[in-house]
Amino acid sequence: MPIQVLMPALSPTMTEGKLAKWLKNEGDAVSAGDALCEIETDKATMEVEAVDEGTLGKILVAEGVEGVAVNTPIAVILAEGEDASALQGMAAAPAPAQQAAPEADTVAPVTVPASAPTAPATPPEEETTSANTVTQTVREALRDAMAEEMHRDESVFLMGEEVGQYQGAYKISQGLLDEFGARRVVDTPITEHGFAGLGVGAAFGGLRPIVEFMTFNFAMQAIDHIINSASKTLYMSGGQMGCPIVFRGPNGAAARVAAQHSQCYASWYAHCPGLKVVSPYSAADAKGLLKSAIRDPNPVIFLENEILYGSSFEVPDDPDFTVPIGRAKIERAGGDVTITAFSLMVEAALQAAESLAAEGIEAEVVNLRSLRPFDTDTVVQSVQKTNRMVSVEEGWPAAGIGSELAAQMMEHAFDHLDAPVARVTGTDVPMPYAANLEQLTIPRPDNIVAAAKAVCYR
Amino acid sequence: MATPARRKPKAAAAKAAPRRKKAAAKAKPKPQVSRDELLGFYREMLLIRRFEEKAGQLYGMGLIGGFCHLYIGQEAVVVGMQAAAREQDTMVTSYRDHGHMLVSGMDPKGVMAELTGRRGGYSKGKGGSMHMFSREAGFFGGHGIVAAQVPIGTGLAFAHKYRQDGGICVTYLGDGAINQGQVSEAFNMASLWQLPAIYVIENNKYGMGTSVERASATTDLHRRGDAFDIPGMQVDGMDVLAVKAAAEVATAHCRAGKGPYVLEMKTYRYRGHSMSDPAKYRTKEEVSKVRQESDPIDYARDLIFENKMADEASLKETDREVKALVTEAAEFAQQSPEPEPEELYTDVLVEA
Repeated sequence: MPIQVLMPALSPTMTEGKLAKWLKNEGDAVSAGDALCEIETDKATMEVEAVDEGTLGKILVAEGVEGVAVNTPIAVILAEGEDASALQGMAAAPAPAQQAAPEADTVAPVTVPASAPTAPATPPEEETTSANTVTQTVREALRDAMAEEMHRDESVFLMGEEVGQYQGAYKISQGLLDEFGARRVVDTPITEHGFAGLGVGAAFGGLRPIVEFMTFNFAMQAIDHIINSASKTLYMSGGQMGCPIVFRGPNGAAARVAAQHSQCYASWYAHCPGLKVVSPYSAADAKGLLKSAIRDPNPVIFLENEILYGSSFEVPDDPDFTVPIGRAKIERAGGDVTITAFSLMVEAALQAAESLAAEGIEAEVVNLRSLRPFDTDTVVQSVQKTNRMVSVEEGWPAAGIGSELAAQMMEHAFDHLDAPVARVTGTDVPMPYAANLEQLTIPRPDNIVAAAKAVCYR
Repeated sequence: MATPARRKPKAAAAKAAPRRKKAAAKAKPKPQVSRDELLGFYREMLLIRRFEEKAGQLYGMGLIGGFCHLYIGQEAVVVGMQAAAREQDTMVTSYRDHGHMLVSGMDPKGVMAELTGRRGGYSKGKGGSMHMFSREAGFFGGHGIVAAQVPIGTGLAFAHKYRQDGGICVTYLGDGAINQGQVSEAFNMASLWQLPAIYVIENNKYGMGTSVERASATTDLHRRGDAFDIPGMQVDGMDVLAVKAAAEVATAHCRAGKGPYVLEMKTYRYRGHSMSDPAKYRTKEEVSKVRQESDPIDYARDLIFENKMADEASLKETDREVKALVTEAAEFAQQSPEPEPEELYTDVLVEA
């Protein structure tokens, strides 16, 4: 029986990749451990090794094909004694850039649709200064934002682990070393506490550092400098010591990386005066907010999401496009229930809104974007219209963003609420590794649908 | 900022400065210092001491609250170091910071008024003893978290190099701070990137109540940069001229683009760790022995007399001037009003 070689997932979040090069030809003998081909992902190029012995019977996906979904058959290995006739009737090579998202039981349980959801009925953004847009991934948008700001201001520099020669652990800083050189794209040792403090000192010294944490999980090593040194010194100095610095990196759960690498820090940082905290959803959010963050004279925590990095959105092509910090965005208008979310959860909220619409409930989805300061006005105005609210976040429920929003609604929209504010949050446990348990931990669209129906008494 | 080809000058002769016995008991070579300079050192050290004594007094009167860490005994360190500083240099230290501010050229009135939490303080009363800054004076704090100033100072050095302004950042830390992990992290980056950073370890023998021997597996603290190829030197921190000489070696090293330098100053604090420390971890005899035999101000005074740079009367005049400055600062610090209640909400964020 011929053995299919499937497109492997080479990282916890990989959903597709490019078949860069075949290292074996059809007819070649292969044994276990032989490198069959090279696969290029958004993070790295890696070799795929054979796990079976036999002959490479047929190559199903040619060299150079991009967007090959994980688990697509890419070749067939014939066992001893089999010949090409055994291949008859086998599936032809699938089209590249498959639209089908991987099944829920594949390696990446939280998946991103290959095409980004087009935001329905999105009112034009007031910050958009140009009608023209380009399609970009969140990753490209972040890169461009940094490059544009580094061109604009000589004092802006990027530092962090693997940001330079490696081109970024998640390829966010791709090409920046070539463009700006090692003076301004600084590879650091693995020393979060140290380089966060060094960044703060550099900011005191008149520079505008962008400090990349490979993920925000590792920023716990550095949180003393973020809070005690960056956020408080302006106040403690009576206004003399501004600290213009951006701490950025992926936040929240990736996929299957378990408790120490899967955590949302939104409420931790949003708690602290002296910081600004933003968390973009779309590529336009990412670009516009990052440019604003870099220009901001204060420390800004910029919480990205690894799973969104490869998602594509429309981004205004105006080089002066920015998104002001402190402004939420109505992603979808609706009159029956307000759903607030940020980062990846906006996607879940939009999917939930689709399902709700099919049942006759029109949800208004508010993409918070900024967690400190909150755009309380936009949320209150929405609740005044819908009289119901569901808050969605990946983080834990206790003292979370949803807790804060519920309190804000008590204070500012109490008379408009027809039901208690509902919270959909990450489960109150450390993130489990097992795929099925992990799926139970992160809010899913059906959780949001259920909460929305509950507050609508449906 | 990467420096691909690794240099490696051997660590500079890290010779321990001999501990002095009674200053006057030893025939000293004529100091490499001018009359004006030595008189200036004397005056600055005296200003710190009188200022700190006054602060202790105001603390006792309840006019200064919270934590208050006095620098008495260590004056020669910061005064000698500052002798090698230039206009563009920056300085950062921990919470035992009053002396550093005075030497940076900050106004004693503004420093004392911050201690009393008044409007006229450098931080408008919102920082207190441990958190004071003056961009104008190149003084970047005043940091309350042990060793946090070390990466910060390294970042200031990074900014000097990035902007190529010729400046050096001098970071002061104590013997207690040296065991914090972030010190090693900062040393590594400073050496890796050849930053113009001088780390001055003020080894006053006790990190709060724990002696160096009880806290550090190795007590030659000037060698703590060895693992990172940072040259180090141990210096008699009670001798302002020895400190100045070491500062010149270290600053020349930094200004030549050779990267960081570690100076361990053997010094002593006469008072407790903070005002609330009864200092029962050491004997009275130990303290009085240092005071009698190694006091940095007495030493400078003796030098002045031996070299006939000034007579008793003119030093008395200096004493009077310093006392008047401190009295004025203390009066200002009591008369300056408390911050307006509205000040509570200012300076949280810079308005964009």
